[in-house]
Amino acid sequence: MAREDYEVVMGLEVHAELSTKTKIFCSCPTEFGAAPNTQVCPICMAMPGTLPVLNERVIEYAVKAGLATNCEIERNSKNDRKNYYYPDLPKSYQISQFDKPLCKNGKIEFETSNGLKTIGIERIHIEEDAGKLNHDDLNGGSLVDLNRAGVPLIEIVSRPDFRTVEEVELYLKKLKSILEYIEVSDCKMQEGSYRADVNVSVRKKGDPKLGTRTEMKNMNSFRSIIRAIEYEIERQIDVVESGEKVIQETRRWDEVSGKTFSMRDKEDAQDYRYFPEPDLVAIKLSEEYIENIKKTLPELPESRKQRYLEEYKLSEKDANIITSSKYLSDLFEKSIKVCNNPKAVNNWIISDISRIINETELEPSQIPFDSNQLGKLVILIDKGIISSSIGKKVLVELFENPRDPEEIIKEKGWLQISDEGAIKEIVVNILEANPQSIADYKAGKDRALGFLVGQAMKQTKGKANPQILNKLFLEELNK
Amino acid sequence: MNIIELTVHELQEKLKNKEITTKQIVEAYANRIEEKEKDVQAFVTTLVEEAKKQANDIQAKKESGEITGDFAGIPIGIKDNMCTKGIKTTCSSKMLENFVAPYDATVVEKLNNENIINLGKLNMDEFAMGGSTEYSYFKKTRNPWNLNKVPGGSSGGSAAAVAAGMVPWALGSDTGGSIRQPASFCGVVGLKPTYGLVSRYGLVAFASSLDQIGPITKDVYDSAMLLNLIAGPDEKDTTCSKKEKIDYTKALKNDVKGLKIGVPKEFFGDGINEEVKAALEKTIETYKEMGAEIEEFSLDIANYSLATYYIVACAEASSNLGRFDGIRYGHRAKEFTSLKDLYKKSRSEGFGSEVKRRIILGTYVLSSGYYDAYYKKAQQVRTLVMKKFDEGFKKYDVILTPTSPTVAFDIGAKSSNPLEMYLSDICTVSVNIAGLPGISVPCGVDSQGMPIGVQLIGNKFCEETILNAAYTLEQKIKFRENYKPEFKK
Repeated sequence: MAREDYEVVMGLEVHAELSTKTKIFCSCPTEFGAAPNTQVCPICMAMPGTLPVLNERVIEYAVKAGLATNCEIERNSKNDRKNYYYPDLPKSYQISQFDKPLCKNGKIEFETSNGLKTIGIERIHIEEDAGKLNHDDLNGGSLVDLNRAGVPLIEIVSRPDFRTVEEVELYLKKLKSILEYIEVSDCKMQEGSYRADVNVSVRKKGDPKLGTRTEMKNMNSFRSIIRAIEYEIERQIDVVESGEKVIQETRRWDEVSGKTFSMRDKEDAQDYRYFPEPDLVAIKLSEEYIENIKKTLPELPESRKQRYLEEYKLSEKDANIITSSKYLSDLFEKSIKVCNNPKAVNNWIISDISRIINETELEPSQIPFDSNQLGKLVILIDKGIISSSIGKKVLVELFENPRDPEEIIKEKGWLQISDEGAIKEIVVNILEANPQSIADYKAGKDRALGFLVGQAMKQTKGKANPQILNKLFLEELNK
Repeated sequence: MNIIELTVHELQEKLKNKEITTKQIVEAYANRIEEKEKDVQAFVTTLVEEAKKQANDIQAKKESGEITGDFAGIPIGIKDNMCTKGIKTTCSSKMLENFVAPYDATVVEKLNNENIINLGKLNMDEFAMGGSTEYSYFKKTRNPWNLNKVPGGSSGGSAAAVAAGMVPWALGSDTGGSIRQPASFCGVVGLKPTYGLVSRYGLVAFASSLDQIGPITKDVYDSAMLLNLIAGPDEKDTTCSKKEKIDYTKALKNDVKGLKIGVPKEFFGDGINEEVKAALEKTIETYKEMGAEIEEFSLDIANYSLATYYIVACAEASSNLGRFDGIRYGHRAKEFTSLKDLYKKSRSEGFGSEVKRRIILGTYVLSSGYYDAYYKKAQQVRTLVMKKFDEGFKKYDVILTPTSPTVAFDIGAKSSNPLEMYLSDICTVSVNIAGLPGISVPCGVDSQGMPIGVQLIGNKFCEETILNAAYTLEQKIKFRENYKPEFKK
């Protein structure tokens, strides 16, 4: 059978680190990047006799995430222990939630190339992150860093509603933007604060029974998630085609070889022995509490998008791109406040800014300049102080060394030449040097004008005011 | 006057009247430890020299007025499963033989704030698992009444040290009877507070939903005083009640007229030693004479409680003890070939057989496929036990039972028979299962002169009721004046 005869069924488990100031069960800071084992205390190091105290912010953030993804909020929830041994898990159990997650039965909708897609959210639960093992190159062996142990996470488990790789990618982006909008996670994939495990299975089209699934871990970018899924789909189809059976297992994605590998053999099949966490009391949420959180929910991407379509007359496509990231969307709105020119700000974000962050693989949140600087850039162009081509150069400068655009153009000598007398001198010189172009123009070849303007721009390093330049060339040529 | 025979409230009286000094008190206890510890073996760590220094310091500060407070300079002994900053906390296990906690348990912090002097860390069954203190990795503690007998457990070191006069009072912990049963075996008073009355922060967990810290004292008044010191809310333990502190000594009215005492007949059936039964019947008569209203009733839970207890406690223990993996602290095997091998060897070497037995049992009852039949069922029975007690407390203020089916048994008699050892908890475990307060107070001795304890169980957070009932009995029978441990060899 061919590839097209198979249907792919996928589900996602997304882990997002919550951006609370302190850990989930103690008051250690959660900041990323500190020296190993400097953000630890007896509690998150699991010293004997210590007890967890649940950080109430974690519940608040998880409820926010649940409300923003259309979930039902569980009024009577609890924590459970998930028991397993690993050196990065100091208590030898992870405090998580088993049968009573905080949020359940939600959904996320987004536009795909085949129209609107809805992905069901089975549950969102809170849990603690584990520490990290670092390989000790000097002495061999592994070193345990517990800074991350106890950083709060939410796990967002989707239903197996994905049929295409495109859907997976769009869902991950949509979910990321929602979590950023409600400010519960900074979702930095490169820092591991937004991670996804993917369950993949294949079945012959029309087969009502689901195929055996494998779970893939260790993907740390959208790109590797997509590559891993594509590899795994092919692998599973090959297995089925060769008459063998897919084994239910966890597989590790290896970025270098571009393949997935089985992580555990059957002998090690995990039994997590979940049971209710006796060191914590049950989580009881009042209607009032949930209502209050509802009131604090900020405007979500869908609603912002509608507003952009109506208020600023953006195209559907542009509005989608801008609202896909809270950071871009905030940059857009704040820049407009500075320059009052939505169209221009939109163009900058959609074209040049997007291109540069794609090329340099930056997250929107890593854009180094602020809305004030972008807004001023637009004003400078609007006022004719610089041309839009100089504007592009200013933008590059803003990425490299963000400062006031006015300062940049002064420093670089990029002020636009709008003095007609000065420009006329240039025009006359260029016409004298290019008699052939004059002849071409007179013979009806309009392209010749473009060439002449180009020459003038080249000579002035783009600083000549293009309108005036055009006007003066036309005047001279039509004399 | 023999200092080591005085209760803490008597010591306070004499300190106040300047009849004795802090230094004299600590000196007396140091001498007593020197004299008796070789026979009783109650301590894992003694802090005699440190205590003497502290006594000097505290006395000087008291004289200069820098320190006030009724408890400054009073010594104490602490069960070796409560964390003490800078002092070893071993849980009587090879696993933690050299473990020094970097922090104080909340109860220890509270004692330190009162300038109470720690005389040492007391022996116990390894990780509080056992009923005889024979499962200590370090030593077998002896019963001061008869050195061939066990002191009970798991807080056997605490009870024996108090009975032997090596500490004026001590802290124990009780998961299934570990304060009350050794108190009963050693002829002292042991109180297990309501679950949630005393913070568990810093108590090395055995079974989190059952563990409670409580006082082991010479008399009921001291029990109430020590409870005053350790009870109360703690932001580090969210299972700890937020109820405001009260003064338990005010409840000691020496009057039980009209007190309704229920006697569950199931606790006096097969397996209860005849002499224990006789002593309890006499106690019931005494209560009647003092004006209490006694009624027999049915509380058919004892057998279920024991099974439920061993499932819940072992399940929680199997998880709680997972952290002893040889990675961060505690025993680590010297040689290993892989991570798995490191875990296996460290834990095999570090834990004793009883601890291993309970870890295996607990792992089993939580395993997929068995969870519903064991753990879930046990939780359902637990709810049932609570209901039965609730019904009881609608009719009675206090429920009276033996603390233990027998008096202290010979060393070695049960240590190789786990089931028989488990049965010695039969009268106490249901109190933990239901989260209730229970006190054991001496009520007599058997024909061989071994102490017998009566257990008084109260409704949740009704420590005042059982303390008063125990106090009234104590005032009437004057056990301490009539019987003294003889250190029989």
